Amino acid sequence: MTTESIYAQLLTIIQTYLPDDVSLDDVKPDSDLTEELNINSAHLVDIVLDVEETFDIEFANEDMESLRTLNDAVSIIQKKKAS
Amino acid sequence: MKPRVVITGLGVVSPNGVGVPDFTKAIKSGTSGIEFYSKLKELNFSCQIGGTPFITEDKKREYLTDLQLRNFNSNGILYGIIAGMDALKDAGISPAAKDASPLWDLGIIFGAGTTSVEKFKESVYILDAGNVRRLGSTSVVQTMASGVSAYLGGLIGAGNMVTTNSSACVTGTEAIIMGYERITSGKATVMLCGSCNDDGPYVWGGFDAMKVITYKHNDTPEKGSRPMSASASGFVPGSGAGALILESLESAEKRGATIYAEVLGGAINSGGQRNEGSMTAPNSVAVQKCIVDALKDADVKANDIDYINGHLTATSKDSLEIENWCKALNRKGDDFPYINSLKGMIGHSLAASGSIEAVSTILQLQQSFVFPNINCEDLHPEISELIPSNKIPRKLIYTPINIAAKASFGFGDVNACIIFKKN
Repeated sequence: MTTESIYAQLLTIIQTYLPDDVSLDDVKPDSDLTEELNINSAHLVDIVLDVEETFDIEFANEDMESLRTLNDAVSIIQKKKAS
Repeated sequence: MKPRVVITGLGVVSPNGVGVPDFTKAIKSGTSGIEFYSKLKELNFSCQIGGTPFITEDKKREYLTDLQLRNFNSNGILYGIIAGMDALKDAGISPAAKDASPLWDLGIIFGAGTTSVEKFKESVYILDAGNVRRLGSTSVVQTMASGVSAYLGGLIGAGNMVTTNSSACVTGTEAIIMGYERITSGKATVMLCGSCNDDGPYVWGGFDAMKVITYKHNDTPEKGSRPMSASASGFVPGSGAGALILESLESAEKRGATIYAEVLGGAINSGGQRNEGSMTAPNSVAVQKCIVDALKDADVKANDIDYINGHLTATSKDSLEIENWCKALNRKGDDFPYINSLKGMIGHSLAASGSIEAVSTILQLQQSFVFPNINCEDLHPEISELIPSNKIPRKLIYTPINIAAKASFGFGDVNACIIFKKN
């Protein structure tokens, strides 16, 4: 799975959780999900559940802690898929 | 002198009408909201009828975003949000802007019995399967007791007290009295008061097991809820929400708000489950004292009461309630005020009942009518011994009402009575 295709799928997931005043165009690979995109931090767990379902993987607690940006998500997914 | 408190907004989500206009039409015409539910039959319920408000998916989206509705499974919170936000809008008050300060002088007391037993069930199944992490972020906020006030607080930007009270069938009436006291004590200017309850087999099952809901009308649901009737055979379970904006008269006048009615006062007490009082039965001494105390708090005389909105659930206790009103007011026979029970039309919506019935009381005060008591064409003989049948209108009547009393009595031997005055 290419980085581009993972990222595209992540964008679809993220879209649901963006506040009204943040558009998908504002989302960059290294945008901080809660600090910059203003996603409610409580929703990070929901995003992870969606990611797990989409990519058929499971995040460990440590993975959750290191998740700040979509780039982080991409690398976690690639690592899980490779192992 | 304590500030006068008025009602400037109403919202209602009732089995026989969602929104004040539809609800008003329904109560005037004696429209039932009780239906047969095949799910209850499948689950071997004795009582297979109930009352639930009809809410479309589009209606939900008027109040909540797609994100908020994701994994949302709480009818109680949904009903509370619709009623509460409708009341706020009706009062002409706007929620705080997103980046503005909270509305420091606006508080919320929005009660609930349960709001989300379905969400609990969903969560328990996920959890028992070893998937606790899959609960996500939605389980806590939808299952916590104060879920409904928390949701409303965020939607409105309320900055005063934001809380949920719970006292069984007294909840709604109690919330209004507590909000009234918050304003009279000078701690808030505007209070959104109300209550809600969810529905379905998991909420109603316990009552079915207690044999306090009727099993005799599964084929005739609209005839099932029969307050004050000789053939009453237990209550019919229901759900929904009612909401009222209480506001200091000073603030309402300053805003030029429409004033529906004034809250003159009220009382809340408990029979302590002593003497004939128990977890499930009322102590009549306490019931009467609650009514007398409410009159005293409102500074009105028993003879001033023109209309009573009863608790009257359609159980064997209805006659006792009428007797308690007679004793507390020291009025009987032709001297007794008009009385009715909304439960004939919508059943007993549990914690939501007090607030929905309070909304019906305010509408009758404002528009000078008494809605019809349905399903008591065969008045219970113990009741007709105490008061004449014309005080229990079976048809809609138009008559001026100046002062109304609304009472609720609940499990735990708790009571609440509130006095409203026409504006």
